[in-house]
Amino acid sequence: MIPEIGQFALIIALCLAIVQGIFPILGAQLNIRPWMAMARPVAQGQFIFIAISFACLMYSFVTDDFSVLYAASHSNSLLPVQYKVAGVWGGHEGSLLLWAMMLGFWTFLVSIFSKNLPDEMVARVIGVLGLIAVGFLLFLLLTSNPFERLLPAAPDGRDLNPLLQDFGLIIHPPMLYMGYVGFSVAFAFAIAALMSGRLDAAWARWSRPWTIVAWSFLAGGIGLGSWWAYYELGWGGWWFWDPVENASLMPWLVGTALIHSLAVTEKRGAFKRWTVLLAIIAFSLSLLGTFLVRSGVITSVHAFATDPERGTFILAFLVVVVVGSLLLYAWRAPKIGQGGKFELMSKETMLLVNNVLLTVIAAAVLLGTIYPIIIEGLASVGVIEATNKVSVGAPYFNAIFVPLLVPLVFLVGLGPLARWKKAEMPDMLRQLRWAFIASAIVAVVVPLLMGGWSWLAALGMVLATWIVTTAAYSIRLRFKATNAALPWGHRLNAIPRSFYGMHLAHIGVAVGIIGGTLVSNYMSDKDVRMDIGDTVEVGGYTFRFDGVIETKGPNYTANRGMIRVLQDGHEVMTLEPEKRVYTVQTMPMTEAAIDTGVWRDLYVSLGEPVSGGAWSVRVYHKPFVSWLWAGVILMALGGITAMSDKRYRLMARKEGKAKNEAGMAVPKIAAEKA
Amino acid sequence: MKARHRRMMFVVFGLVAVAAIAALILNALQSNINHFFSPAEVVANQAPQDRTFRLGGLVEVDSVKREDDGLTVHFNVTDNADVVTVKYTGILPDLFSEGQGVVAQGKLSPGGVFEAEEVLAKHDETYMPPEVADALEKAENAATQGAVQ
Repeated sequence: MIPEIGQFALIIALCLAIVQGIFPILGAQLNIRPWMAMARPVAQGQFIFIAISFACLMYSFVTDDFSVLYAASHSNSLLPVQYKVAGVWGGHEGSLLLWAMMLGFWTFLVSIFSKNLPDEMVARVIGVLGLIAVGFLLFLLLTSNPFERLLPAAPDGRDLNPLLQDFGLIIHPPMLYMGYVGFSVAFAFAIAALMSGRLDAAWARWSRPWTIVAWSFLAGGIGLGSWWAYYELGWGGWWFWDPVENASLMPWLVGTALIHSLAVTEKRGAFKRWTVLLAIIAFSLSLLGTFLVRSGVITSVHAFATDPERGTFILAFLVVVVVGSLLLYAWRAPKIGQGGKFELMSKETMLLVNNVLLTVIAAAVLLGTIYPIIIEGLASVGVIEATNKVSVGAPYFNAIFVPLLVPLVFLVGLGPLARWKKAEMPDMLRQLRWAFIASAIVAVVVPLLMGGWSWLAALGMVLATWIVTTAAYSIRLRFKATNAALPWGHRLNAIPRSFYGMHLAHIGVAVGIIGGTLVSNYMSDKDVRMDIGDTVEVGGYTFRFDGVIETKGPNYTANRGMIRVLQDGHEVMTLEPEKRVYTVQTMPMTEAAIDTGVWRDLYVSLGEPVSGGAWSVRVYHKPFVSWLWAGVILMALGGITAMSDKRYRLMARKEGKAKNEAGMAVPKIAAEKA
Repeated sequence: MKARHRRMMFVVFGLVAVAAIAALILNALQSNINHFFSPAEVVANQAPQDRTFRLGGLVEVDSVKREDDGLTVHFNVTDNADVVTVKYTGILPDLFSEGQGVVAQGKLSPGGVFEAEEVLAKHDETYMPPEVADALEKAENAATQGAVQ
């Protein structure tokens, strides 16, 4: 009964989404007020019905209702309850339902936090979101119904894939989807602006906080995924340039370009067409990511058994969205005016270069990711000779990423200090001479302290120090510009939060670079065969293997290794990596033991039993690896800090009063002149 | 400097930058593409001798042998038509097992043994890498054609 309610709720949600996608938009175009007014209540209703549907699916999981095919294939009565809950998004159907629910949730938020926006704008934004929802709900109901019954019911479920039975599954997908789907709001704002033909600074200001939140969630989601892979896959890598990772990185890179471009559009009225285009691209890449993950066209560690019908549906949907929005863009964009003029040396130019670099990186990642499909496609239509299947290796991505990151990071230092319209380059460089000197010193000292010269490590340290020192300088300048008569706290408070947020995020980049470079250049690892009592030295620590004991978990049995870690002859800790066998799927799983520290992680995982109590063991010493994720957290916090800036609220309120008045001027913000 | 000159400089600089980036990308792509070969193709000498490529198929049952160091593993990869021996030093992924699909990346040694640098893991035991499925299908088609002729 409950699953049927879930499915029925999904159908009602679809009906509401259709209404939501048609009437508000038509109402806005034809100026029919009651139709526009439908937008909010219908969108809220749609969300409520998807949430009901989601709750029903979760109920089936928690109550072990194995007459539901999806629950029977992704859960088991022995599964701990938190994984039963998370198991709802552990497979294809449920993750799509989560996607749809996130979309509903974002739409719901738009319907609440848009009191001060013009009615036509709200109607169009919610309408566009409704059209996207129609696509996804149809996809769910036609190809991936999570409520399909299994008759007769299975006596027990096939269990959740052991790799997914982890804390990571509970938080990573919701966070990632929150970000992925969040770009649909930026997209909807862009499309709404194109429909209305009024792309002004106000549009950029409304769209900005939404985009920044989505971007922050996506950053968090990608970071969580990387951390999860690091500790769960048992071989200590944190980024594999796997197609599915790339699928989430591409919208993030374009989203990063978008939030910078939106800043120019808001403050200077420039880059309008480009900003709109970026919003369209960012969301299209989110859809492309869904396609890559769900269609199985590319070999990936994330690829699960897939169904071609589903891939075709998403591809068709992707084509409709991309072609539709680009046609609208081609029709409307020429009417958009130019923004304010600027000199070659100006903040605008720097942000332009930032955008070009980010887009180029995203394009290069896209090329590397879909290259195998392109080759196959070209071969199948006879343009090129058919060859064997190809894959693009990780070195390709590193070779692109590092050289393009250098100018990008250089600009991270200059951009915030440069003035709009015209920047005095020689003057700026003179001011920043201390930052140069500090970067050079750190670049020489750190690699030597780490125990070996490496050009890449030096480069990484230059970039990181450059970001931090220029940020400190920029904050100091801003502080000096505040009223000196006030106490410290007030002066710090007078600086807008968006300014702090920006620097926090930039410093996050620096921290991430430190982590990435140092761990890549100074990691040491050993794969060794260890008899009981054997020791191995890695990274200044001695690891002694004291054998394995057998142990039991709720739904697995495990061999738990006892590895004592000694430093200078003293025992400092015991690491207990496990080799588990999950009872239902009899699937082996390596569970690494990690000692996390600020300066280094010690990472041990068990290989296989070799003979007579000996095991193959993998031991890593990973300096600064946790800085990678600390960097991501800082970026996400920076985003959240920036969007909480009170000017978004204040201005929205001001504009709310003046709404529907044509030709809104760009308000000058005193604080921004600094 | 006149505005026109400055614009020219900007354009020239932009073009140089575009050319440099394009060269960077193409060069990186050129040197990092790995082709996929099935055991039958390797046996037929179609695979390159000195370049990294990917080999895929099924791990032949009863072929996994470990050297005394406990870390070096030999196993046979088959497409049910031909067999290639793979040598790998290190810890194998969890889902590596006999009779299952596998993709290995590495080079062919002069002795005809495939020396793998990497053995690819997969997430799901019902999942078969598309290349492997493809290779098995090819071998099967070849076999049935041979039978018909």
